[in-house]
Amino acid sequence: MSKDTQFDSWEVFMQSRPGANFIHQGSVHASDKKMAIQNARDTYSRRGEGTSIWVVPSNAIAASTTEDADMLFDPANDKIFRLPTFYTMPEGAKHI
Amino acid sequence: MNDTTTINAKEEALLARFEEKVQNGDAIEPRDWMPEKYRKHLIRQISQHAHSEVIGMQPEGNWVTRAPSLRAKQILLAKIQDEGGHGLYLYSACETLGISREEMIEQLQSGKAKYSNIFNYQTLNWADIGAVGWLVDGAAIVNQVSLQRTSYAPYSRAMVRICKEESFHQRQGYEIMAEMAKGTPEQSEMAQDALNRWWWPSLMMFGPHDGDSPRSADAFRWKIKRQTNDELRQKFIDKTVQQAEVIGLTIPDPDLKWNEEKQCYDYGKINWEEFNQVINGNGPCNKQRIDHHKRVHTEGAWVREAAEAYRLKTQNN
Repeated sequence: MSKDTQFDSWEVFMQSRPGANFIHQGSVHASDKKMAIQNARDTYSRRGEGTSIWVVPSNAIAASTTEDADMLFDPANDKIFRLPTFYTMPEGAKHI
Repeated sequence: MNDTTTINAKEEALLARFEEKVQNGDAIEPRDWMPEKYRKHLIRQISQHAHSEVIGMQPEGNWVTRAPSLRAKQILLAKIQDEGGHGLYLYSACETLGISREEMIEQLQSGKAKYSNIFNYQTLNWADIGAVGWLVDGAAIVNQVSLQRTSYAPYSRAMVRICKEESFHQRQGYEIMAEMAKGTPEQSEMAQDALNRWWWPSLMMFGPHDGDSPRSADAFRWKIKRQTNDELRQKFIDKTVQQAEVIGLTIPDPDLKWNEEKQCYDYGKINWEEFNQVINGNGPCNKQRIDHHKRVHTEGAWVREAAEAYRLKTQNN
């Protein structure tokens, strides 16, 4: 008997309604794109959870680790002037 | 300092950080550092959970062609499809720990990995399908609700998804039991008989009593498990007794009684001898379940080979 194959892994992203963000759902195994989309539908949208699907080969995803978090995200914290609440608005100004 | 001590010191620092993260209630993601024992424990637990979903399709599949109505047949098919889906969520979660799908299937078929003992019992008649949904899925839900807060994030995410779908399973089982309990005397007797046979094995699903549960210390410190076997079992009993009363069925335990002081039910002795017999391969269906899995896996090999050949032929298009 030849060696068992369970195919490559694909990451599944689904849009819950038109216009919404695509959100990661999990992964499926499939031999090609078409099968990946079909399997993603069967696995992650049995109750109308999705209106559109993206599938991406799992090994094509680059990801940061928790160890990288400080280096990547810390500089954001000392630039609070990027937030609208940083600014003092004149008394009585409306719609701003 | 030589290399080994440097490595050990680094390892210890990583371990300390890991323990701290878990204690703070932070989730662990696949690419985070984790102790080898944590990884191993999770692989064992998640793969066993996945195998249970997959093997669990067999006792239900047994009744697809004999469901008593088209409605019942459609529902049963949808439920079995869900179980297959749940197995896939869990296999995927387990793969993030570095084990392949092929290895997991091999471990199931060789007996190295276990699946829930409950699926080694037969579904003898239609009332058993009701009892499986109500009691077996009911027990699984209690366990899975608790596991939604497990520390390993992919496992937790799979649990959240499964819990959302699982309550339909329990309701369909309870509906079958309720209908049969108020049916003809024969039907109501069948419902009671199914409850009698499934009650104790359902209680065993939560595993040995806390004092006899190996491996649990690490699992709690690392927040893989959040509640003990006995706590979960008690929770299941307390909510199920009332459900049995509503449909006029009797829990087959003469020692079952409300404990006013503890505000929960006291229950009789579980036959762990039976549990050990079944888990060690001597249950009514152990051999049948694995033989069936192997047969279907082998018979389906040509489909996988054909898909692979098709991919190779078309990959550059």
